[in-house]
Amino acid sequence: MDPQVQELQEEARGAGEVTMELAAKSFKAFMLKRSSKSNLNLYDHLARLLTKVMDERPRDAVDIFEDMSQEVKRAELQDTQSTVRDATPISTAAALAEQQRALFSQRVGEDPAQEEDLVETPLPNVPELTFYLEQAGVGLGKEEMHRIFLALKQLVDTQPLQRCRFWGKILGTESNYFVAEGEFREGEDEEDEAAEEEERKAEHDMDAANRLHKLADKSLPVVPKEDKGTGANKCSYFVCREPGMPWVRLPSVTPAQIIAARQICKFFTGRLDAPIASSPPFPGNEANYLRAQIARISASTQVSPLGFYQFAEEEGEEDEEAARGTLEENPDFEGIPVSEMAESLSTWVHHVPHILEQGRCIWVNLAEKPEEDLEDEEEGEEEKEKEEEPDEPEPEVGPPLLTPVSEDAEINKTPPWTSKMSSTLVSQFAIAVLRSNLWPGAYSFAFKK
Amino acid sequence: MDSDSLRYSLDLVSGCGLTLSCEQRAALQTSLLILKRNYKFSRVLFWGKILGLRSDYFIAHGITEDEMRNRKTLYSFNCVDWHLLPPVTEAQLAEVSLLKEHFKGDPSYEYEHTETRGLDEGDEAVVEEITVKMTEETRLAATVFNIDREVSVVPRGAFIKTPSGRVQVNRCFEGLSESEARKLSSYLHFSEPQHLKKKTILETADLNPSIDFLDNLSEDTPKGSWSLQFERGSISVLRSLLWLGLTFFHVPMTPQHGYIYMGDGMKNHYLPFML
Repeated sequence: MDPQVQELQEEARGAGEVTMELAAKSFKAFMLKRSSKSNLNLYDHLARLLTKVMDERPRDAVDIFEDMSQEVKRAELQDTQSTVRDATPISTAAALAEQQRALFSQRVGEDPAQEEDLVETPLPNVPELTFYLEQAGVGLGKEEMHRIFLALKQLVDTQPLQRCRFWGKILGTESNYFVAEGEFREGEDEEDEAAEEEERKAEHDMDAANRLHKLADKSLPVVPKEDKGTGANKCSYFVCREPGMPWVRLPSVTPAQIIAARQICKFFTGRLDAPIASSPPFPGNEANYLRAQIARISASTQVSPLGFYQFAEEEGEEDEEAARGTLEENPDFEGIPVSEMAESLSTWVHHVPHILEQGRCIWVNLAEKPEEDLEDEEEGEEEKEKEEEPDEPEPEVGPPLLTPVSEDAEINKTPPWTSKMSSTLVSQFAIAVLRSNLWPGAYSFAFKK
Repeated sequence: MDSDSLRYSLDLVSGCGLTLSCEQRAALQTSLLILKRNYKFSRVLFWGKILGLRSDYFIAHGITEDEMRNRKTLYSFNCVDWHLLPPVTEAQLAEVSLLKEHFKGDPSYEYEHTETRGLDEGDEAVVEEITVKMTEETRLAATVFNIDREVSVVPRGAFIKTPSGRVQVNRCFEGLSESEARKLSSYLHFSEPQHLKKKTILETADLNPSIDFLDNLSEDTPKGSWSLQFERGSISVLRSLLWLGLTFFHVPMTPQHGYIYMGDGMKNHYLPFML
């Protein structure tokens, strides 16, 4: 070949390379141009992105390439935004953690050695309960139950309770309630006089309102509520929103509230002072509705094995009504084999008094009018043809205490209880579980010691 | 809820009160792996538990390639032996809402429900008797399908739709932020969208078609049929009030999420009265 042509070709190649180099340089300059909107440039971005792919080596990188690109961009932008100092908002999680931290600290002045001397403590053995309930398929998670345990300890330390029990958890739309049941020691119930006064005033106002509404229906006196420590008000209930928050005591329940609660069905919101808008109107706010439902659930679903409790012997029983209210543990109880408990429902009995139609556990005769009115009544009876006042109402009788569960009535062709063993593979250590179909969520278990 | 994350996720949903016993959990871990191999599923989800009068049903879903279509549903009594549920027809789905009894616990039990409807045809009133006969197995399949269709929940961004129409897990999903997790609009239904097509172009302008191909939870009627709470401060828990027992959990800033149904399998028809 002609050396001149060769030179020309080389020059052309060189020029071609130069043009290629020029093109590459101009493209690189193009990539280095900063974007007017985000102050980034394409060259740096691609370099960072490919470095990230090189470092992380994700599987199928081409499929997630766009997402990675977005991530890199986001990371870049965050660095340049630190000119304003962040006022770190306290998240609710941290706030709750602060409160729950108090659960874990020992109270000042508490000597661990002293604790061992206390023989009878009202604190229930919650870890044992957690273990057995988990076998039944019921539970709130081990950590949560432990927090509840510590919160119950706090409750027992602040209130003079004779007996305390974790009753359960009620779900609400905005927040939930953890409920503890407690029985005060005799004479130590500290419900404020002021609170009682307020309650009486509230009831009086309600009576006045009722009278306005029910002018025609004069024969509807308010059923008096049961005293503290008896019947439906035998135990007091405390609620809190999360373990660690302070326990709030629920007010005592009145029969009117129980009757109204039977007729309505509403979700709980999680605020104790929320009004209950329902038809027929419920006398009270959410705290009263909660208490009424707790009373109904306790009365229907608290059961124990047959023979565990027995009636306490009382001397000189005159009134039939007041008699059979006291139970005590049977020291001779031997335990029923678990398989029997799981199969037959008659081995379980109710140990909480049934709530009558009236809304109380012990029936009150409302027709007993004071003596002054009797004369008017007699005159009235002669004039009217039809007797508007009812005859002596029949006393309402509910099933007596310690009735076996097998005699509970069915609703909608559904048997009210379901029982089974917790495990079919290892039946020596299994427990018997009883589940209520009327109140979904009520579980009882039994284990032969 | 994914069978791989079953160990720790169960603790997060146990706020509703029902969990699985240790024995059941152990059995599930073994049997779900075997199931995955036998049926060649890509993922196996433990769907939940339906309580029956005599015994409970444990339900699991098996997913092949597409996350939403061709899901197989299986049930078991003891978490060890699994049986395939038959696919359901539209007619069965409609009929199952008429049955209001509890599940009995026996898959061969036949439900018979007769409803009389009065039709006004001109001057005559004709009384029509409609009898619905269904086995419990079909009822179970229909109930699971209904629950999935109406109240299954996923956080926004957890699943993406590829241009080919396939739905798959978004591997770049890092979780919702704390503020996003508090809004009901960050959660989507995981079933064929019904409201999406009716939206105007203005409303769809802000949506990302690869993420927002599902119905948003904030458009459910009646409003308030979801209860969004932050349990223990940091875990976002959604509970459905329409199907009582469905719990969804999500830990913000992590890709952990899942839902489980533990209940008696009956729709809450009284919802508007209870709110």
